[in-house]
Amino acid sequence: MSKEAVFMQGNQAMAEAAIRGGCKMFFGYPITPSSEVPEYYAQVMVERPEENIVYIQAETECSAFNMIAGAAAAGHRAMTATAGPGFSLGQEAMSYMSAAGLPGVVVQIMRPGPADGEILPAQGDYFQITRGGGHGDYYTLALAPWSIQELVEIMQESFVLAEKYNNPVVVVSDAMLAKLRESVVLPDYTDNEAAPEEKHNTLTGAKGRKRHLITTCGFGAVQWNQFNNDLQKKYAEIAANEKRYESYFMDEDPDIVVVAFGAYSRVCLSGVKMAREAGLKVGMIRPISLWPFPDNAFEGLDGKQFLVCELNAGQMVQDVKLSVKNKDDVHFFGMLGGIVPTPKEICAEIQKVEVK
Amino acid sequence: MKVVYEAPKINTGVPTTYCGGCGHGIINRLIAEIIDEMELKEKAVLLWPIGCSCVNVNTMDIDQLCCLHGRGPASGTGMKRANPDNLVIVYQGDGDMVSEGMAEIMHAAIRGEKFTVIFVNNAIYGMTGAQMAPTTLLGQNASTAPGGRLVVNSGYPVKMAEILAELPGTVYSERVTVNTPANIIKAKKAIKKAFELQMKGEGMTFVEVLSMCPTGWSMSPVKACEWVDSTMTEIFPLGVVKDETEGLKQQEEAAK
Repeated sequence: MSKEAVFMQGNQAMAEAAIRGGCKMFFGYPITPSSEVPEYYAQVMVERPEENIVYIQAETECSAFNMIAGAAAAGHRAMTATAGPGFSLGQEAMSYMSAAGLPGVVVQIMRPGPADGEILPAQGDYFQITRGGGHGDYYTLALAPWSIQELVEIMQESFVLAEKYNNPVVVVSDAMLAKLRESVVLPDYTDNEAAPEEKHNTLTGAKGRKRHLITTCGFGAVQWNQFNNDLQKKYAEIAANEKRYESYFMDEDPDIVVVAFGAYSRVCLSGVKMAREAGLKVGMIRPISLWPFPDNAFEGLDGKQFLVCELNAGQMVQDVKLSVKNKDDVHFFGMLGGIVPTPKEICAEIQKVEVK
Repeated sequence: MKVVYEAPKINTGVPTTYCGGCGHGIINRLIAEIIDEMELKEKAVLLWPIGCSCVNVNTMDIDQLCCLHGRGPASGTGMKRANPDNLVIVYQGDGDMVSEGMAEIMHAAIRGEKFTVIFVNNAIYGMTGAQMAPTTLLGQNASTAPGGRLVVNSGYPVKMAEILAELPGTVYSERVTVNTPANIIKAKKAIKKAFELQMKGEGMTFVEVLSMCPTGWSMSPVKACEWVDSTMTEIFPLGVVKDETEGLKQQEEAAK
């Protein structure tokens, strides 16, 4: 494989990365701004038969997510890509896969809600993604890249993480990252195969081994309490291992710390740079793992002013407040409906923050 | 001494939780017997629904996935498409399939998914306590249809074996019951045929089994068996609704 950069759309580059990462099964339902992903899979199925792609256009997202559960239980990598309304329909299966320990991967390409909403960039599904959007006590690992390069790398890694923890993983994109075209070095093919038949959650027929059983039905309160405690151990392990973030200008002891994630954080970083040129001492923290939230990035930052910038009404700001001691110094700048502020507007917001 | 009757080999010996007179146990046993006879234990994966049957996952020594309510045909799609050589059995009840999962079963059949669906129709919700099912007969009592199912509220009972037979993706659809020894033998034949067709790689194979629910029907087990004949089969007639095996044989002949 050549290591030369190609100029590619986010959705398409992501689909190619997934295929090269061994995800040959895609189940999806068309929804803007995700539809190039199923289209890409459908095209590869026809044009590159050597890839052995299984592409099914499901009747609903509800079905697509359950198809992933079935394929994952059969030991194969499988994914879907959707947007808010479809992600909502899939929550029953997200709760199920999390409890059943099935390593499905879902790309959530956020657009503004609630309800049908709009088809522009937004981050209003942060709560649903990070709090376990369905019923019961569960979490899904959620990773939010800010560039197409990071997107393709996270796309491939998400399968490894899903299989490592036997838990669904959400790749968090949005209409900006999905439709953006930029230079990207596509990752190579990985040499993974179907999960070994001996793996406890692989159902391929009991050949020379004990049967494998996956059930999420409780057998009484004592058993179900234990089942849930085991799930919590899994989440604690993920939380201990997978907190990810990047910092910018944080080694220069800034007075103000901007916090932003996803493609929007690139706009925010431009705003930070403008503010620095204007003489303000500003840094930025970019959470990459939305769950587990990288609260460790905020250690030792007591006394600083924080400006959380999101394309929603204020969701990640709650996690920032949980991560710092001086909660009154956490400020919020939000934008709704699909409007993305300019670096200049972000710079103006930074300038409004009063440094004590 | 000659053994004339014994437990299926894949039976674990764990007792079921089914009520006395329930048809599920008979149907589960038939599936186990056929897997033994066809030597398919190493290929079989059984997908359970939500309902009375899903708490009996410990009775069979084969791979099993307990699915979400109604979503068995979707999970079965992912599983069978991933490993087409497996025997994938999607076991569903009437609430699971015809209410919660109507979209999933219809579209699995529309796509001609190559697994076998065993549809246990007892015209009532057993697990949750005798509520009305989409297959509850008109006038039949249910805890959510006191005095009997009314057309004005709930429309008409749904005939799945006939509906799915209309779809080209379904290659075999038969309705059987397990209320008498003779009918149990016929039911076994139908399920075995469905498994055989699946292992040949044909389209969807569908067996609807009219099953007794004496508890849900507030009847004695004997009366429940009689009620299947006297009342249920009037709305849900027994027999083969669709069988494309002959057409398949002709295709095979032509290929030779």
